[in-house]
Amino acid sequence: MIPLEYYLSLSAVLFATGVIGVLTRRNAIIVFMSIELMLNAVNLSLVAFSQYLGSTTGQVLVFFVMAVAAAESAIGLAIIIALFRNKQTLNIDELNLLKW
Amino acid sequence: MHQFVPYILLLPLIGFLVNGLFGKKIGSETAAGLIGAGVIGLAFVLAAVIVGEMAGSPAEDRKHIVTLFQWVAAGSFSVSVAYQVDQLSMLMTLVVTGVGFLIHVYSIGYMHGDPGFRRFFAYMNLFIFMMLNLVLAGNFLLMFLGWEGVGLCSFLLIGFWHDRPFDTGGYAPGTAMTTDAAKKAFIVNRIGDFGFLIAMFMIVGAFGTLNFDEVFARAPYVFEAGNATVFWITLLLFLGATGKSAQIPLFVWLPDAMAGPTPVSALIHAATMVTAGVYMIARCSILYALAPATMEIVAGVGLATALVAATIGLVQNDIKKVLAYSTVSQLGYMFLALGVGSFTGGVFHVMTHAFFKALLFLGAGSVIHAMHDEQDIQKMGGLAPVMPVTYRTFLIAALAIAGIPPLAGFFSKDEILWKAFSQGGLGYWVVGWMVAGLTAFYMFRLVSLTFGGEARWGHDKHPHESPKLMTVPLMVLAILSVVGGFIGVPESLGGSNVIERWLEPVFAPAMAKLAFVQTGHDPAEYLLMALSVLIAAGGIAGARYIYLRRASIADGIAGRFRPFYALLWNKYFIDELYDAVIVRPIAAGSDRLLWRFFDIGVIDGMVNGTAHLVRLASGSLRKLQSGNAQNYAYGFLVGIILVLGVIIFR
Amino acid sequence: MDLLTPHLLSIGPLLTLVAVALLVLLLESIITKSEPVSFWTSVAGLLVSIGIAVPGIAVHGSAFGGMLRTGGSANYFSIIFFICALLTIVFSRDYLKKRDSVFGEFYLLILFATVGMVLMAAAADLIIVFLGIELMSICLYVLAGFIRGSVLSNESSLKYFLLGAFATGFLLYGIALLYGSTGSTSITFLTEHFETYASSRLFLAGIGLLIVGLAFKIGAVPFHMWVPDVYQGAPTPVSGFMATGAKAAAFSIIIGLFAQRFVHGVQIGTLLAILAAASMILGNVVAIAQTNVKRMLAYSSIAHAGYMLTGLAAGNAYGRDGILFYLLAYAFMNLGAFGLISFMEQEGEKHLTFDDYAGLGTTKPFLAVLMSVFMFSLAGIPPFAGFFGKYYIFVGAVQADMTWLAIVGVLMSVVSVFYYLRLVMVMYFQDTLIGQTASYSASSAAFVVLAALILLGLGVFPSSLLAIITTLY
Repeated sequence: MIPLEYYLSLSAVLFATGVIGVLTRRNAIIVFMSIELMLNAVNLSLVAFSQYLGSTTGQVLVFFVMAVAAAESAIGLAIIIALFRNKQTLNIDELNLLKW
Repeated sequence: MHQFVPYILLLPLIGFLVNGLFGKKIGSETAAGLIGAGVIGLAFVLAAVIVGEMAGSPAEDRKHIVTLFQWVAAGSFSVSVAYQVDQLSMLMTLVVTGVGFLIHVYSIGYMHGDPGFRRFFAYMNLFIFMMLNLVLAGNFLLMFLGWEGVGLCSFLLIGFWHDRPFDTGGYAPGTAMTTDAAKKAFIVNRIGDFGFLIAMFMIVGAFGTLNFDEVFARAPYVFEAGNATVFWITLLLFLGATGKSAQIPLFVWLPDAMAGPTPVSALIHAATMVTAGVYMIARCSILYALAPATMEIVAGVGLATALVAATIGLVQNDIKKVLAYSTVSQLGYMFLALGVGSFTGGVFHVMTHAFFKALLFLGAGSVIHAMHDEQDIQKMGGLAPVMPVTYRTFLIAALAIAGIPPLAGFFSKDEILWKAFSQGGLGYWVVGWMVAGLTAFYMFRLVSLTFGGEARWGHDKHPHESPKLMTVPLMVLAILSVVGGFIGVPESLGGSNVIERWLEPVFAPAMAKLAFVQTGHDPAEYLLMALSVLIAAGGIAGARYIYLRRASIADGIAGRFRPFYALLWNKYFIDELYDAVIVRPIAAGSDRLLWRFFDIGVIDGMVNGTAHLVRLASGSLRKLQSGNAQNYAYGFLVGIILVLGVIIFR
Repeated sequence: MDLLTPHLLSIGPLLTLVAVALLVLLLESIITKSEPVSFWTSVAGLLVSIGIAVPGIAVHGSAFGGMLRTGGSANYFSIIFFICALLTIVFSRDYLKKRDSVFGEFYLLILFATVGMVLMAAAADLIIVFLGIELMSICLYVLAGFIRGSVLSNESSLKYFLLGAFATGFLLYGIALLYGSTGSTSITFLTEHFETYASSRLFLAGIGLLIVGLAFKIGAVPFHMWVPDVYQGAPTPVSGFMATGAKAAAFSIIIGLFAQRFVHGVQIGTLLAILAAASMILGNVVAIAQTNVKRMLAYSSIAHAGYMLTGLAAGNAYGRDGILFYLLAYAFMNLGAFGLISFMEQEGEKHLTFDDYAGLGTTKPFLAVLMSVFMFSLAGIPPFAGFFGKYYIFVGAVQADMTWLAIVGVLMSVVSVFYYLRLVMVMYFQDTLIGQTASYSASSAAFVVLAALILLGLGVFPSSLLAIITTLY
C-alpha cells in the first residue's frame, strides 16, 4: 500500500508545475493548459483523500471538477479564438491595452 | 407648543422642494424669492412663539424631546429622528431663522437678474433646513446629518458662480476658479468630519447610545475627570469643530470661501454654519468639563487663532477677505470662552457676532454691488456720502465688533475677556485684549479706506445706494447690533444677565463639575472693562489717523470723530511710535511672516502638500497595474504567501 | 415524490430562476428574432423570483441533506442578486444596441450567472460553493467578452478568464485540504469544529487558500489586479453586475464561513483586517489618478470591498449587519452609476472620461442629479444609504477593538470624496463640450430613478431594512 503522503507530494509537485507554467509561459493556450494541470493535481489529492478517509465525497467532487473543467475549456478556447480574430496573437504579454 | 418644532424644519424643506423642483415653472423672480424668504420668516415666527411659551413656563419644564420616528435600530442600540427643544437649541434656532430671514430678503435684491436665482434660493433653504437639523438634533447622528448637510450646501453655494475666477492671494495665481475654493472648503471640512465620526464611534462604544440626553446624564458616572477615553472623544470632536468653525489648523478654507455670493458669506460663513463648532462644544459641555486637558487645548487654539487671524486681517485689501479673517478671529474668541469654561460667553458671542458680522457682510455686499463687483478697498474710498444707509449701518457694526459700549459686541466680548482673566489667567486676558485692539484697528482701517477719504474709483463707476430690499435688512441688523447685547448685561453693570440665567440649566452639570470659585463683584472687572474699551478706542483712532491722513481732515465724516482725533493729535509722538514700532512691524510681519509664510506657505502647503502627496502616490501606485496578466498572477502568488504566512505561522 | 416536494418548495426562488433561464434558452433556439421575447421573459421571471423570495426570508431551514440553506440570509442574498440582474438586464438593452451586439443570449448568461450566485448564497457545503462559483464565473467570462468585435472586451475577457481559473485552482486546492484534514465538506461541520482542527497546518492552509479564492472574487488587495482591467474592458452594465452581484455572492460565502464563530481565537480576524486596510488604501488612493470613469469606479469597488471586509474583520453583529445592509445599498448605488455611464457611453468605448461629463448639469440636469446622488452615496454622505452601511461597519470595528481599522476606513473615505466629488464638480462647475449625447429608454430611466429613490429611502428609514437583517442568521 502506497502511503497518503506520496500522493499528496505528487499532487503538490504537479500543482506547483502548473503554477510555474501560468507564471512563465507566454502563449495563452499553454497558460490555460497549465491551469488544467493545477485542477487535475487537486483531483489527485481529492481521490487520495477519499480513499484514505474511506468516504466517497471526494470522488463525487472530482466528477464535478472534471465537468466544470470541461465547460471551462470550451469557454476558454472560445475566448482565445475571439481574441485571435481581432488581434492575431496569443501572447498574453501583448495584451496590455488595459492598464494603470 | 414644543410639539410643533418639526414644522420649523419642515418649512425650509418645503421651500427647497418648491424652488428646487418647480423653480422653472415659477415664472416670476418675486414669487420664488417670496417663497424662499417667506418659509424662513414663518419658521422664525414659529420658533419665537415656542420660545415665548418656554419663557412662560418654569425653568425645569423647558426641555422637551420631540421624537418623530425611529431611524436606526440594531439590537439594543437605536437612534431616532428626535429634536431636542431646550434653551440652547431654541436660542440658536432663533438666530439661524432670524438672521437667515433677513439675509434671504436681502438676497432677493442682491441676486436680482441672476440666471440661477431660483437655484440660489433652493440651496439657501436647504442650508437652513440642514442647519436647523444640526442645532435641534437630539442625538449625535442627527447632528452629524446636519453637520454634513451644511457642508454640502456650503460647497454648492461657494461654487455657485462657477465660471468666475477668484483671487487666492497666493497660490495658483490666475488659474484658480471659485470651484477650487468650493472643493477646498469641502475637503478641509471632511478632515474635520473624520474627527467627528471617530468620536461618535467612541461614544457608541462607551455609552451604547448616541442620544444627548443619556450620554450627558451618564457621562459623569462613566468617566472620571481626565479619563483618557473622554479626552480623545472631546479632542476628536474638537477636530470636527476646527474644520467647521475654521480654527487652526483647518481655517484655510474660510477666506477662500468668500468666492461665493456675498449673502452666502454672510449667512453661512459668518453668522451660522461656522458657529456650528462652538454650538457643538457648548452642547457637549459636560464631556468637556470632564476633560480639562482638552479644555486647555480648546482655549489655546482659540487664542492662537484669534491672534493670527487678526494680524492677517491687518493687511488684506479685499473687503470680504478682511471680514473673513475677522470672522476667524472672532470664532477664536468663542473657542477661548469655551476653553476657559465660559460656555454662556461663547454662545452669547455667537449670537451678537451673528448680528454684526452678517451686517458687515451684507454691507460689504451692498458696496460690492454698488462698485460693480469691485472688492479692492484701495480702489474705493469716499463712499459715505454716496451710500449713507450702508455707511451708517456698517459703522454701527464696526463699532459693535470693536467692542464700544453699549453696542452688542461690547457685552459679549467683555464677558469672554473677564472669564478669560478670572477662570483662565492673566496671559489669556492679555492676548485677548491685544486682539481686541487689533480688531478695532483693522475694522476701522476697512471703514476708513472704504467709506472715508477721497474717492479712488474711476469715472466709469457710478456707485449708488442699494434698493430698499437690501437696505432694510441692513437697518434691522443694525438695530440688533445695537440692542442685541442688552440681554447679557453683566450684574456688575447693574444688568440681570438674562442670557446667562436662560442658559444656566443647560450648562449647570458642566459648571458643577468645573466648580469655579464665585468671586462675586470684583473691582478688577471694572478695570478690565475700562482697559478693553480703551484699547478699542485706541485701535479705532489709530486706524482712522493712519488711513485718513492722506485725505483732508475737513472731510465731513471725519469731523464727527474729532474728539478722538484731537486727543490722539495731541499725543503725536505716541502715534508716530505706534506707527513705527507696532503698526509697521506688525503689518510687515503679518504680511510676510504670518500671511505669506504661515497661511500660504505652511498651512496651505500642508493641505495642498498632502493632496499632492496622495496624488503622487496615486500616480505611482497605478503603475503597478502594468496590464500584463502574468504580473497580476505574480502579485496573486505573493498575496497567497502572505495569507498563508499570517494564518499558519502567525 | 413526497420526500422531494418540501425540498423543492423550499428552494422556490432558485427553481423559478432556473426554469426561467431554461425557458429563455428554449426560446432562443426556436424563435427567430427572439431578443425582445427573451428580454421580457427575463424581466418578468426575475420579478416573479423576487416575489417568491421575499416571503421566504422569515423561514430558516436546510434542504437536500444539508447541502443547501434555505430562507433567511439565502433569500436575502437572492433578492440582492435578482435586483442586480434585473437592473443589469434593463440597462444593457440600450447599451447592446449601441454596441451593435443585441443578442438574447446576453440575458441568458446573466440569468445563469445569477443562478450560480444564488447557489453560492445557499451553499451549506463546499461542493456547492465550488459549483456556484464556477457557474457564475463561467457566465461572467463570456459576458465580459460579449462585444466580440472589441479588442478591449476580448482582452478583458481573457484576463478575467485566465486569472479567474488560476484562482479557482487555489480555491479548489483549499477545499481539498479542508476535506482531507476533516473528512467533511460541510460548512456547518467546519464552523462547529473549528477549534478542534485549529492546530492542524493542513487545515489552516486549506482555510487560507479558501480565503484567497474568495478574496479574488471580491477584488480585495492583493488579489485585486484583474478588477480595473476587467471592469474597464467589459460591457458597462456587465461591469456593474460584476461589481455588485458577484461581489455580494462571494461575500455571502465568507459571511457564512466566518461571521459566526470562525474569527475568534485565530488570526483570521487580523488577516481580514489587513486585507481590508490594504484594499481601502490602495483602492481609494489609486482611484484619484484615474481619468476613465469606469476605471475609477473599478478602483472604488476595490475600496468598497475593503469597507465590507472591515465589518467582517470586526466579527460581531454590527459588522455583519453592516455588510448585509451595505451590499444591498451598494447594489443600487453602483449599478445606478454604471447604468448612467452606459447611457453616456458612445460607440467605440467613447465618452468615458471625466471630461466627457463637463457641464452635464446644464445640458442633462436629470442625469446629472441622479449621478450626483450615486456619487454622494458612494462617498458615504448622509442621508444616503451609503453612509449607514459605512457607519454600521465602522461602529462594529470600534466595538471589536479595531479602532485603528475604523480610523483607516474613515480617513480613506475622506480621500474618496476627492474623486467622487470630482465627477460632480465636472458636471456642475465646468463648461459643456459639444457633442454630448446620452441614449436611454424610458424603462432604464425609470429604474435609475427608482434606485436613487431607494437609496434615499434606505438612508432616511434604515431601520426598516435593519429590522429584517437582524433576523437573518
